[in-house]
Amino acid sequence: MAGSTIQRMMNNVIDIRELVVVRGGHEVLPGISLAVAAGVTGLLGPSGCGKSTLLRAVVGVQRVRSGGVEVLGLPAGDRRLRDRVGYVTQAASVYDDLTVAENLHFFARVLGVDRAEVDEAIAAVDLADRRDHVVGNLSGGQRSRASLAVALLGDPDVLVLDEPTVGLDPVLRRDLWRLFHRLADSGKAVLVSSHVMDEADRCDRLLLMREGRIIADGTPAEIRGGAPDIEAAFLQIVEGAA
Amino acid sequence: MSARVTLAVAGRVLTQVRRDHRTLAMLLLLPCLLMTLLWWMFLDLPGDVFDGIGPGLLAIFPFTVMFLVTSVTTLRERGSGTLERLLSMPMGKLDFLLGYALAFGLLAAVQSALAVGVSVGLLGLEVNGPVWLLGVVAVVDAVLGTALGLLVSAFADTEFQAVQFMPAFVIPQLLLCGLFVAREFLPPVLQAISDVLPLSYAVDAMQELVGAADQASVWADVAVVLGFALAGLALGAATLRRRTA
Repeated sequence: MAGSTIQRMMNNVIDIRELVVVRGGHEVLPGISLAVAAGVTGLLGPSGCGKSTLLRAVVGVQRVRSGGVEVLGLPAGDRRLRDRVGYVTQAASVYDDLTVAENLHFFARVLGVDRAEVDEAIAAVDLADRRDHVVGNLSGGQRSRASLAVALLGDPDVLVLDEPTVGLDPVLRRDLWRLFHRLADSGKAVLVSSHVMDEADRCDRLLLMREGRIIADGTPAEIRGGAPDIEAAFLQIVEGAA
Repeated sequence: MSARVTLAVAGRVLTQVRRDHRTLAMLLLLPCLLMTLLWWMFLDLPGDVFDGIGPGLLAIFPFTVMFLVTSVTTLRERGSGTLERLLSMPMGKLDFLLGYALAFGLLAAVQSALAVGVSVGLLGLEVNGPVWLLGVVAVVDAVLGTALGLLVSAFADTEFQAVQFMPAFVIPQLLLCGLFVAREFLPPVLQAISDVLPLSYAVDAMQELVGAADQASVWADVAVVLGFALAGLALGAATLRRRTA
């Protein structure tokens, strides 16, 4: 038992212990502990439950009250992690007045990444035909894919993606989840948040979150149990606890 | 600090400006048009008032324009999440600030070259010192505007607030810089305040170039303005936090 716990700890890419985050006098995360290994981990919960805050803490851009976050054995936000963690914020963090390629070239230069990777990243998110379009003129889904492409630059070991598939066409959504799994198959940890419960089955592992707490943690099948779907399982867990 | 990242930021800012044709046109043409308007206003008056006021305005344009442009663009970076993303990447805070300063410094150089060219070449502004030194003063002014713009953007939550920093930070400097009342004739308290405002030195430098043209005195003023700009950039770097609430 102890051995397997240690084994699990060794394989963890992200390790969060007793994390407390207070924003505007409100405890957004009242002491959360969890571990994330390689593979595609889904962080599911209603909007406002603290998903983005948790992801920001993993990237190291969130001011925390107490507790610890370790990524690849280093404290979150450590200088040595800055080119090993790819991050997509909820708003598409790309420049609206630049083209897709210009955005990618800029971030590639900041990361010190070869220009050849730019075209790979653009192809990976299926924006090759929009390469020279100004981002401001693209649809919301295309903009968030441009933002995702930036996170792929430099082949990071950890990808932290805050609702990357919101508002996308089902075909694209499926393609992106395939991309996440391809990345995970090459040994990366992909942490994806979503407030859409039907994305649950696309994950290797699920974390259900509500009001700043993880209320369930396991494979989609484990969490679903006897319930018809994850949404029903979510309700059962919440109402069972109340 | 990394020259690669600084140049990447500067290149990106210049690409953004280049794409925005209206902004680019206004940046480059407005100072020329306003100098022409000033020259025209005093055309029928005796004396050479234009020679007295013109150089001061040449110092004020790059400062004011770059202050506004920088505070709004930086605020946009903070709001859109691009700054957060950059700060999660291997980018030094100074790389970011110097990149902006470099891009707007270059724009200011072109802007000033045009404004000085029009003023000296077409409008007959008399300059006793070397004309290129006017350009140097203008570029240093622009860097000062950029530095202060970056700094105040940290204290603005909205673009409305950022724009209001212009009357708060720029207009008092404009009033006390010696353009309306020569600094030595200001009441002692205001004179003391004027002595610690950077724009005063920028205008002094311009007026010295047009008047006595003592180059040592011009360079001393330039050094003061540059000192303020560097202090502004350092303080600005302190307001860029990798971790935010």
